[in-house]
Amino acid sequence: MNKDISKTPPTVVGERFFTVEAFKYGDNITRLSALVFGLGNLLRGQAVRFALYIAAELGYIIYMAFFGVQAIANLGTLGTLTQSSVFDEAQGIYVTMPGDNSMLILLYGVVSILITLGFLCVMASSVRSAYVAQKALERNRKPDDFSTDAKSLLDTNLYKLLMAWPVTGILVFTVVPLVFMILIAFTNYDKNHQVPGNLFTWVGLENFKAMFSFGSTGLGSTFFPVLAWTLIWAVFATFSNYILGMILAIIINRNGTRLKSFWRFVFVLSIALPAFVSLLTMRTIFANSGPFNTLLMQLGIIKNPVVWWGDPTRAKIMIIIVNIWIGIPYTMLTTTGILQNIPAELYEAATVDGASPAVTFFKITLPYMMFIMTPYLITAFTGNINNFNVIYLLTGGGPESLDYYYAGKTDLLVTWLYKLTITNKDYNLGSVIGILVFVLMAVTSLIAYRQTGSYKNEEEFQK
Amino acid sequence: MKSRKFWVNSLVHVILAVLGGIWILPIVFAVLTSFRAESGAEKTYIIPKAFTLANYQRLFTIETGGLNYARWFGNTVVVAIFSCVLSAFFILCVSFALSRMRFRMRQPFMNVALILGMFPGFMSMIAVYYILKGFGFLETGATSLVALVLVYSGGAGLGFYVTKGFFDTIPKSLDEAAFLDGCTKWQVFTKVTLPLSMPIAVYTLITSFMAPFTDYIFARVILGQNRDYYTIAIGLWTMLEQEFIEQYYTRFFAGCILISIPIAILFLLTQRFYTDSMSGAVKG
Repeated sequence: MNKDISKTPPTVVGERFFTVEAFKYGDNITRLSALVFGLGNLLRGQAVRFALYIAAELGYIIYMAFFGVQAIANLGTLGTLTQSSVFDEAQGIYVTMPGDNSMLILLYGVVSILITLGFLCVMASSVRSAYVAQKALERNRKPDDFSTDAKSLLDTNLYKLLMAWPVTGILVFTVVPLVFMILIAFTNYDKNHQVPGNLFTWVGLENFKAMFSFGSTGLGSTFFPVLAWTLIWAVFATFSNYILGMILAIIINRNGTRLKSFWRFVFVLSIALPAFVSLLTMRTIFANSGPFNTLLMQLGIIKNPVVWWGDPTRAKIMIIIVNIWIGIPYTMLTTTGILQNIPAELYEAATVDGASPAVTFFKITLPYMMFIMTPYLITAFTGNINNFNVIYLLTGGGPESLDYYYAGKTDLLVTWLYKLTITNKDYNLGSVIGILVFVLMAVTSLIAYRQTGSYKNEEEFQK
Repeated sequence: MKSRKFWVNSLVHVILAVLGGIWILPIVFAVLTSFRAESGAEKTYIIPKAFTLANYQRLFTIETGGLNYARWFGNTVVVAIFSCVLSAFFILCVSFALSRMRFRMRQPFMNVALILGMFPGFMSMIAVYYILKGFGFLETGATSLVALVLVYSGGAGLGFYVTKGFFDTIPKSLDEAAFLDGCTKWQVFTKVTLPLSMPIAVYTLITSFMAPFTDYIFARVILGQNRDYYTIAIGLWTMLEQEFIEQYYTRFFAGCILISIPIAILFLLTQRFYTDSMSGAVKG
């Protein structure tokens, strides 16, 4: 094969494979840049770039030598030395000898692995940078100096400048914690293995098995009812709000209704209360000796107070009703605008054909609304699966049940997750629930979003 | 035919009146109770025997061993200001980069953001808690409020959807015209895109400003037990605890009404800016 041709890079190379290309067609200095970061830049007159690359490499080597290697090695066992009490002869008392802290070991391990991944990215970038410099020289151009590089940050490379801080924030506050918590699902970090007194270790899929199995050690008898209620709740909460809100909007919008803006104002007024305020207010209103029971007793409808939150079925119905109270005004606001946009000809044609209001609703209004509001419905549905506030602030998940493992009859998966982690310190189980909720959300949204046009044609929309 | 229409209309108005009553009564109850002169929690009557403004005044007087509403309000406002500025900055930067630039990690970043968004928000709270504790943020009340700002705004860059969608609607020809005039991308961002995006920028600012007022769980985990450093949401929740409910029941409602007013105004503003921004950046 002709050597010259093999040295010529393909004309169109996807950016994705740029590093591979650099390795394939770069000279030896370029390849060596993977070992000594910035070497290619140094030899081609980009001293500042070299300094930055080599500083990153040295920093990483020092970090790994003093800390990182050990941190990653510890991941295998998550610590071996249990904290213990040793009798100190000289002082005549028991002294606590510090042991390994499994939680910190896991955290440092995750951080070290992420730093290593970052290091690999810098390595690739070093090779690419050397290759770019090499090509510039081959074309008899001077490689960019540092001030040009710095200026490009405000222009062609602006995205680096813009993304740097937000991505750092996302890494520290979302990615690292999430990876850490996902790993916890595969350990026995529960209330019997609390740090720093005890160690916890890897247990594989034990927690998942426990979650799905019944019997004395299994949590299936809690998990499945809670899952079922979560789904029932999400379906009812989403569709009751949607349908009833729409009907309300239609009733207010219809021709015969007087004082349209007055009625809208009446219903929108409740939006003025922040959701947590409405929820806490509702909780007190339906308390055992709260105003609602008082009112019913004064009217003589009931003799003794009705327990609204204490009975599982009644509490569930009440939660859905209160949620309707809170949610309908929002739906009404969103749907009013869309309703007014439905072409009037459709309705006129229907009237001419003698369609009854019910037929008009089911054949014209509902299909039209469904078409426009499907993405809204999906968001609402997934939001309701994770609707922590409504449950936690109304019933706290209660009434408590002895059949369940630290869950009440109205607990959703998320509030159970909260109780397991914050109150009960069974972090491993909480983490399993979190992963299962993720699966639930992912399945729902993938099925739904794949259908919407905005997902498929993102680029088409931009002119 | 005409009488049938009359009856239908009457029926509709009766239904609306009943429903309206159901929607108004809880609010009326909350307002009435906030002005109730008799202390104590639940009564055997609903309409107060005497009215007073004292519940509102006492929210702002400091009592030893008591709950300090004014202080909570101050805490929340400070947290909200810092976190909304940081969040809005993050969101605008990410949205512009994703909407206007094409780079290698663009699609992977958007996919990762989609996946991250599907985990329950506070699943990672335990790890965040220990990370913040490790950095020493949770030692004192004041630094735990800083920690709360970081929690609210740290991952904000993931909430780019609405803003990016808005930037996408700004015609690219505007950018190109600016490039021809010798603008850098940074200048396009600050001089073309941002001025055209005022409604959405304000919308982003206000929504992130309102979050700390209504968030309950994150604050609960981060802020610990020191009541002086509570935010308004956990503070009001505390008023309903066994220990305080008898003494603070009426003040709880006063506090709720008081906090609702600014939030309602902000909510109305977001609606306006949201509608404005949905009608597109460049008109006619």
